[in-house]
Amino acid sequence: MEAAAPSPAWRANLATIAALTARAKNELIRVPGAAIPGVLAPTIFFLGLNGVFGALTNLPGFDTDSYVSFIVPVSMLQGAGFTGAAAGVNLARDYEQGWVDRLLVSPAPRWVLLVGNVLAASARALIPATFVLGIALALGASFPGLDGLVLCYLMVAAMAAVAACWGSALALRFKSQSAAPLMQSGGMALVLLTPAYAPLTLLQPWLEEVARINPATQVVEAARQGFVGGVTWGDTWPGLLALAGLAAVLGTWALREMRRTNV
Amino acid sequence: MSGLAANARVVRALGARSIRQTFRRPQLISPIIVFPTLLLAIQTGGAGAGVELPGFPPVQSFLQFMLAGSMMQSMMLAGNSGGIAFAVDIEMGFTDRLFSAPIPRFAIVLGRLAGTAALGLFAAVWFLAIGLIFGAQIEGGIAGALLAMALITASALAVGGIGAAIALRSGSASVVQGLFPLVLVVLFLSSAFFPENLMVEPARTIAEYNPLSFIVEGVREPIISGIDASDTLAALAAIAGIVVLGLVLSARALRHRLRVG
Repeated sequence: MEAAAPSPAWRANLATIAALTARAKNELIRVPGAAIPGVLAPTIFFLGLNGVFGALTNLPGFDTDSYVSFIVPVSMLQGAGFTGAAAGVNLARDYEQGWVDRLLVSPAPRWVLLVGNVLAASARALIPATFVLGIALALGASFPGLDGLVLCYLMVAAMAAVAACWGSALALRFKSQSAAPLMQSGGMALVLLTPAYAPLTLLQPWLEEVARINPATQVVEAARQGFVGGVTWGDTWPGLLALAGLAAVLGTWALREMRRTNV
Repeated sequence: MSGLAANARVVRALGARSIRQTFRRPQLISPIIVFPTLLLAIQTGGAGAGVELPGFPPVQSFLQFMLAGSMMQSMMLAGNSGGIAFAVDIEMGFTDRLFSAPIPRFAIVLGRLAGTAALGLFAAVWFLAIGLIFGAQIEGGIAGALLAMALITASALAVGGIGAAIALRSGSASVVQGLFPLVLVVLFLSSAFFPENLMVEPARTIAEYNPLSFIVEGVREPIISGIDASDTLAALAAIAGIVVLGLVLSARALRHRLRVG
């Protein structure tokens, strides 16, 4: 009897990525409480910032009179940052518990293991984003239109992937959940050192300088378009380019750390 | 050695242990120092133009205004971190060993609170130093700085009492850690980050009655305009209220812990 032909490598890789993503989904289904902190933090920030800084729209130069609409994409991206950081923390936990060792001795390529973790984070980031968006719409935020909505969700998913690469690289470098604060503060700084609270021209000069060179500014501006005006290609492509650049740099770093990790 | 001196030694030793523990674990020190410092920078840079809004109190800069809020945030998170560390001690059986030692039970809780208060003082000094380095003036001078530091230290002791009570009652670090978002909610619903009169409803009305707003104003006044007796007294009254609440909750939780083991 002839032996069955081995499945092509790409098919095995896809199956591994799907299995790792399903594992993250199972975690959510079996421990629903685990998703609460990731949802709660951006929601609290969203409601808190709106209550505290809502009067900033009265400043001359503010390009909208609805602070809810202005701040909601920032909170959705912030949720993506927290979710990505959580992917790093979970990877560090898996390492501490020996699960990563078992993955590393499997025949799956390293990049497949990384992609599984990152894609799971992208998918999970849609939960806090949807929750925050629902509250924002209930509070009177402008509906961004279908194109604005799709674009915003795309930015959220991609930002979660970027944050997951950052978190995974740190998790594999420090091999300890103690690095969690670094994973969380990195994503938080990236999203908030932008025109997050006010338009560029109203930021303090030092933050304006930082925001101008921070690639996440393009991401925030792209995600915000539908909420404060119309979606244009001119405001969209810089965000896509910035995310591609961030993903390339941080993904390469995470993959390098993955390859350096020995059993 | 007299009983009082022996108890003081226990409190000092446990307090010192709690401080060392915090500085050795990044996940405990980072919410106290890293996050509030990062948020201070971001909020000062992002919402600094708010000082031009009609109704904003006269201040030298938004950084000067924000220092009290950052100190409060750091102090609240020190209380939360102290509660988490206390709960970890309970989970690992360290507190059981202390309970079986010939030392009064209150000294065990007081030792933890002494550590939290010291971290509160550290946070106050940290943010005053950051303010001075980046050009903020302390209008109340040295006396004003000392008053702000004293109020933050006392507040850390008070808030730490509530964290310790929850740790004793639940015996679970994850339960105390779950309070982290609540800390942020309480802070956002106070005048920690923006003047109460410029906040949006319903946050404005809640902030008006939030005891933390009284403490924030007591800490802020010596920084932005000088010492004001009525603000200081209101802050002290709010702190006293939280201390009483923390004492009652801690005593009940301690009884519960000794009963259930």
